[in-house]
Amino acid sequence: MKTIFTDDITSAVRNLCIQACTVLGNDVIQQLNFALETEESSIGRMVLEKVIQNAEIAATERIPLCQDTGMAVVFLEIGQDCHIEGDLLSNAVNEGVRQGYKDGFLRKSTLDPITRVNFGDNTPAVIHTEIVAGEKFKITLAPKGFGSENMSRVMMFPPSAGIEGAKDFIVQRVLESGGNPCPPVVVGVGLGGTFEKSALIAKKALLRPLGLQNPDPVLASLEAELLGRINSSGIGPMGLGGKTTALAVHINSYPTHIASLPVAVNIQCHSCRHAEVEL
Amino acid sequence: MSAQPRKIFAPLDSIVVNSLRAGDVALLSGIIITGRDAAHKRMVDLIEAGEPLPFQIEGEVIYYVGPTPAPPGRPIGAAGPTTSYRMDHYAPLLIEKGLKGMIGKGQRSKEVKSAMMKWGAVYFAAIGGTGALMSRCVKEAEVIAWEELGPEAVRRLVVENMPLIVATDVLGNDLYSTGPAQYRT
Repeated sequence: MKTIFTDDITSAVRNLCIQACTVLGNDVIQQLNFALETEESSIGRMVLEKVIQNAEIAATERIPLCQDTGMAVVFLEIGQDCHIEGDLLSNAVNEGVRQGYKDGFLRKSTLDPITRVNFGDNTPAVIHTEIVAGEKFKITLAPKGFGSENMSRVMMFPPSAGIEGAKDFIVQRVLESGGNPCPPVVVGVGLGGTFEKSALIAKKALLRPLGLQNPDPVLASLEAELLGRINSSGIGPMGLGGKTTALAVHINSYPTHIASLPVAVNIQCHSCRHAEVEL
Repeated sequence: MSAQPRKIFAPLDSIVVNSLRAGDVALLSGIIITGRDAAHKRMVDLIEAGEPLPFQIEGEVIYYVGPTPAPPGRPIGAAGPTTSYRMDHYAPLLIEKGLKGMIGKGQRSKEVKSAMMKWGAVYFAAIGGTGALMSRCVKEAEVIAWEELGPEAVRRLVVENMPLIVATDVLGNDLYSTGPAQYRT
């Protein structure tokens, strides 16, 4: 049995908020550089250059990559041999978000959906917990901006639509989003499950490092096919025309029901931010 | 389409507004105002009620941005553009009242483009997700209305060499349509 103190969770979450919002992962920077080599549009290349330069400025000057520092989406993997001591777990996480967004000069964007009055501290976080084996305690923080979140959709297809229907829906969703979600995007797809499971696995697909192939060969080939179709659309960086509309398509699948084919598309802007730590 | 950036100054001269073409790359310096969802609703509510605005929009350029708080020693935090379609509902009335330029990201509606052609206004795309880079272009920032809106308050900014792309011009040319068409295969 391992004891995890909630004060440690709070300080870890605080630090992850600041890190995720200011330091872009090397995997993302590498894919942006690959795109810069192949992009044919001069405006597209200018956009990619500025995006890469932005990441350098953000990291060195400790300024957020983007003014939309998002809603704090927190994934917790909790080993079933862990014991949590102190405050309520969700309070500890929210306190970390509160401190991180204040100390890091990050934007507070959460508000009441009816009155639209801003809460002023960017809480509450959206917390997803998963019980795993052993004594692992892992926190992943993925601040999600809403320019891209607003372009995301879930569709409950009848089985007759088949995988071809699902593919058309995914490609169409990216095309209809145009420049709104800040392309080049990362496309997270959840295939199967229930209504909410499809959305959750689509969001988790965004956490996979860019450049890492899907271990399932069927899904890997589906991802390559969809990426090809999306990048032949011409939408390009920021929707102003070009060859780089998406950096990657990541698919997670889950068994579903005889009556349905749920398909969730969670769109992520080029600032594919997440940071993680194990306690 | 010219790749060499053209230096332009805000408030924009009508001659400049009329001469900019979709696909032009520009570096904007001068004085602009900011406003996004909540500020747009307030502006339009006041105009429709026949009330005066607490700031002028005639001849101005508005930047759709909700910056992060300014850290010590800087005028502003990260300050990249937000998605423009959410302002489409409000923009035509503001253009009719004399707004000359808008800075944001993403394609505009038919109604906004019609108003731009009728009254003479230009729409610039800033590069989404470059909040740190855009922050460097902002030399001064001051809240001029509705401070209680926090990141959505209206600010006056002094900007220098802000990198922009003309997305939609006074003739209705739209790079969000013509750009992708050129690279579709």
